[in-house]
Amino acid sequence: MEIGLAHFLTLAAILFTIGVFGIFLNRKNVIVILMSIELMLLSVNINFIAFSSYLGDLAGQVFTMFILTVAAAEAAIGLAILVVFFRTKGSIAVEDISSMKG
Amino acid sequence: MVVQALAFYLFAVVLVLSALMVITARNPVHSVLFLILAFFNAAGLFVLLGAEFIGMILVIVYVGAVAVLFLFVVMMLDINFSDLRKGAMQFVPIGLLIGGILLFELGTLYATWQFAPAVQEKLAAAASVAIEADNTKALGEILYTKYFLPFQMAGMILFVAMIGAIVLTLRHRPGVRRQKVSLQHARRAEDVLEIQKVPSGTGV
Repeated sequence: MEIGLAHFLTLAAILFTIGVFGIFLNRKNVIVILMSIELMLLSVNINFIAFSSYLGDLAGQVFTMFILTVAAAEAAIGLAILVVFFRTKGSIAVEDISSMKG
Repeated sequence: MVVQALAFYLFAVVLVLSALMVITARNPVHSVLFLILAFFNAAGLFVLLGAEFIGMILVIVYVGAVAVLFLFVVMMLDINFSDLRKGAMQFVPIGLLIGGILLFELGTLYATWQFAPAVQEKLAAAASVAIEADNTKALGEILYTKYFLPFQMAGMILFVAMIGAIVLTLRHRPGVRRQKVSLQHARRAEDVLEIQKVPSGTGV
């Protein structure tokens, strides 16, 4: 019952797939799409940490911190755009966000 | 070893189940709460891997900031979420197709993939060395020396994101009377006060 690198990589692959599937399942709800993106970033973090731990190299953990930074910035900006959009249009359905379509 | 395996399977199963609940829950508030559960379990996995600092950062940053931000926005916007779910089932086949293809590709990648010989030696060496007791100290030692420039750039990204979020959501409502401290300080007694000598018995 040795837990190896393959276990963590499999878990991260499953989690990433769930994130991708979540985007398709909630095509209309921007908030859940943002949450799915967070799940995908989390699975990438699990990959980074697993490799960092099993290779004995701390660089993976440093880059996980940068991913966390970018994820936090992305969530903040995305939700701010969402709030402004809801204020002007009164809706957050994805098909309403097409006024800049050429 | 058995305890470690049991902990891994517990965290992994709860993580996958809560991730599934995030994308399938009808109420977005429940989605956010399951997202928080998923982050807690991922933090447990990180601690299991010997990355305690990242695990704690995950709890602080994701649960304390990002998930609360999501919860705040979900509760603040007055949206009929059941309308948003209408017609969602028509995207399930293509979602399953693409997810299945992705999982299959990742599976074949991991199944056929091997380490280079040099990395394999490093892997064996790393397995024999015990995980350093002080993860935070070791991380700080390379973060502030070797990765100093990326670290500063991460700070700049957060700064720009903060300013961007404030600028995006700031609005000036017309017709709202606010306190203007500079005007209050600029007010002089001679501008607003007039002293008149009134002779007795005449009136102003």
